[in-house]
Amino acid sequence: MRWVNVRPKSRTAALLGTLPLVLALVAYLFASAVRHANNPADKVLPTLAAMIAAMRSLLVDPDPISGRIIFWADTVASLERLGLGLGICTLSALLVGMVLGVLPAARATLGAFVTTIAVIPPIALLPILFIVFGLGETAKVALIVVGIAPFLIRDLAEHVAALPPEQLIKAQTLGASGWQLALRVALPQALPRLIAGLRLSLGPAWVYLISAEAIASDVGLGYRIFLVRRYLSMDIIIPYVAWISLLAIAMDVALMQLSRRAFGWAHQANR
Amino acid sequence: MSSLLAFENVWLEYGDKVVLERVDLGIAERSFVSIVGPSGAGKSSFLRLVLGQEAPSRGRIRLDGKALVPECGPDRGVVFQRYSVFPHLTALRNVMFARECAGARFTARLFGAARRRAAEDAAAMLAEVGLGDSLHLYPAQLSGGMQQRLAIAQALIARPRVLLLDEPFGALDPGIRQDMHRLILRLWEEHALTVLMVTHDISEAFKLATRVLAFDKRRIDPHAPHRFGATAVYDLPLRNKLPIETPEVSISGITIDKISNNSQG
Repeated sequence: MRWVNVRPKSRTAALLGTLPLVLALVAYLFASAVRHANNPADKVLPTLAAMIAAMRSLLVDPDPISGRIIFWADTVASLERLGLGLGICTLSALLVGMVLGVLPAARATLGAFVTTIAVIPPIALLPILFIVFGLGETAKVALIVVGIAPFLIRDLAEHVAALPPEQLIKAQTLGASGWQLALRVALPQALPRLIAGLRLSLGPAWVYLISAEAIASDVGLGYRIFLVRRYLSMDIIIPYVAWISLLAIAMDVALMQLSRRAFGWAHQANR
Repeated sequence: MSSLLAFENVWLEYGDKVVLERVDLGIAERSFVSIVGPSGAGKSSFLRLVLGQEAPSRGRIRLDGKALVPECGPDRGVVFQRYSVFPHLTALRNVMFARECAGARFTARLFGAARRRAAEDAAAMLAEVGLGDSLHLYPAQLSGGMQQRLAIAQALIARPRVLLLDEPFGALDPGIRQDMHRLILRLWEEHALTVLMVTHDISEAFKLATRVLAFDKRRIDPHAPHRFGATAVYDLPLRNKLPIETPEVSISGITIDKISNNSQG
């Protein structure tokens, strides 16, 4: 049988999917054990026990200055920035993207402008954002917005503009006004696409968040990683990175479930 | 003759390209008009003019004696070959759409008793086209024929003055197509519809219609083929729709130049 025709069953597929993860973990533990056998004080590949011990101080002992548990304070601060940034992105994509998608005149006026903004590398704007908004929360949220919103707007506008013209004509022959057309025909079909766009944007959003936190912050997951880097504290960096990926996966799954529940019609083919 | 839909010397031109020229037609109320012709002969442009998607560059189109606004409106219903239904709405909500737009200008959603009434009417209309058991299915869960039934029901509930069909059965299996022919004839009689149907299928055109219009170019300039547009070169009123094989044909008042009559697709 040709390999292109070998389709694993769902249980086999799940097993196969976890295999690389387990292999990577085993490889790490092996490498770590080897390094510690040579040098018990090795800091580059810390053992699991070392990581647990290091994280315990961040998870249990409150920070002597602020009195807060550092790990949770970092998580809350980062998620707040991320949530606020993505929220603003979503709203602006809905507003601007819908207007651009539905109204050809708006597309002619603003399309080139949005495209121009979208090609600017957001990190290059970070100094400007720090100068304009100061070093506080605003600049960090603004970086996420500048980085993600143009992509979401363009994606949504293109999706709406690409709706079959037959649908728009049909709606008008059924008496729909421009507003009703946007509200009842374009918007519901744009929402699943918006969620798909958000899922794709999660990765870049984390990049912008951690970049901003690394440069100017006093709390946050990215800030902590870059802070403890000075002490070569891989025993903190690795659990933090694992935690960030866990959060990212959880957000991705949540968005996918939301899309499946709320817009089942858009996932018919997958059933 | 008082026509429901009247074309008075209608031209459609893009720059110096002439698509339709000198279209003079009157469509009587309750007639079923089939429009046939080779590709590129302006059938679809003709339909777009009636829909109001485009304005004639010369001449006038009147619906019920009033000049037609070049924008789609609820006085004209349409069923396309594909994409005529909303994929994000169930069959019932698809048919309720017209009522919801008429009943709630801002939200385009009905509530309470008005919604129940609209739903009942929509369900009755769906039952009439044979989708009584599929009220809560999405279009993706319906077959091609069922989707076209849904599109017809959706258009009919808005009570259009003219129903425009753009190759509505072109993508369907022959068997299903026969069912759809029976359905559209029944609806045409029961709802006293005026139907304009563009089709590629000549036998379908003669089987269904009370009048067949054949669009083509009357003249062709070989050096500038775009300079002459198409028009209705045959206008065949069918006195009796059956039998299909021998329609009564009258070619009155039309000269046909057999030599240059359409050579391009």
